[in-house]
Amino acid sequence: MVNLASYLTVSALLFCLGLFGVLTKRNAVIVLLSIELMLNAVNLNLVAFSKFGAFPGLDGQVLTLFSLTVAAAEASVGLAILITLFRNRGTAEVNEMDMMKR
Amino acid sequence: MDWTLVFFFVFALIALGGALYMLNLQKVVHMAVALAFTFFGLAGLYVLLEAEFIAFAQIMVYSGAITILMLYGIMMTRHDAEEAPLRRPVHTALAFIGALGLFGFLFYGIMTTPWPGGSTEPLVEDNVRELGLALFNEYVIPFELAAILLLVALVGAVVLAKREVED
Repeated sequence: MVNLASYLTVSALLFCLGLFGVLTKRNAVIVLLSIELMLNAVNLNLVAFSKFGAFPGLDGQVLTLFSLTVAAAEASVGLAILITLFRNRGTAEVNEMDMMKR
Repeated sequence: MDWTLVFFFVFALIALGGALYMLNLQKVVHMAVALAFTFFGLAGLYVLLEAEFIAFAQIMVYSGAITILMLYGIMMTRHDAEEAPLRRPVHTALAFIGALGLFGFLFYGIMTTPWPGGSTEPLVEDNVRELGLALFNEYVIPFELAAILLLVALVGAVVLAKREVED
């Protein structure tokens, strides 16, 4: 029997892998994808609690749908910013986006 | 034989393996494709959790739209980009310790909390029907707000990525 703790552990592992990717990767597209991975870990938590929580129901799944929507919007706007930045500055590496440090 | 356990391990392995490959591969395009596998594995976990609609929305939105969008992003920036081997060992070690510490903290919390034992009977009779009823009755205002948010994001992305006319 798979219980709530196993789903939460998988979700925590995915979140930490995503966090490590955000902190270490240099390509901005991969940083965006790592953020998506962290959001996915949160979604897994919501769906797991929606089934195994103290009050099982569909509320967690509805919240997951909304977080899916916000994640899609975030990805599209982030990518548009990235492409504009690449066109103006010629780089897609996050450690070269240091215009405000100069 | 409890097939739920087998499928749970298979899907969790696909999800975690995809994420690990994403961290270790060299080429950026390969990383994006590895994350598509992670999204598929998560969709399988959603099916195990009786969230069929979320599972297929996950496949369509994440594996379909977002991965392909990111591949377009890679193609439009530097398509042959490779992630150089990590050059800043201190930074990487600190990030690793931070991520590991967070996982240890969360794992300790998960293991020491007495969770409510889930019931074995199915959640609802017809997942898609009940989800649709909940969305259009109880949650109709957030639903419309999400629609407006998507519209704003669409217009904003077009405006941002549009090439400026030279004066």
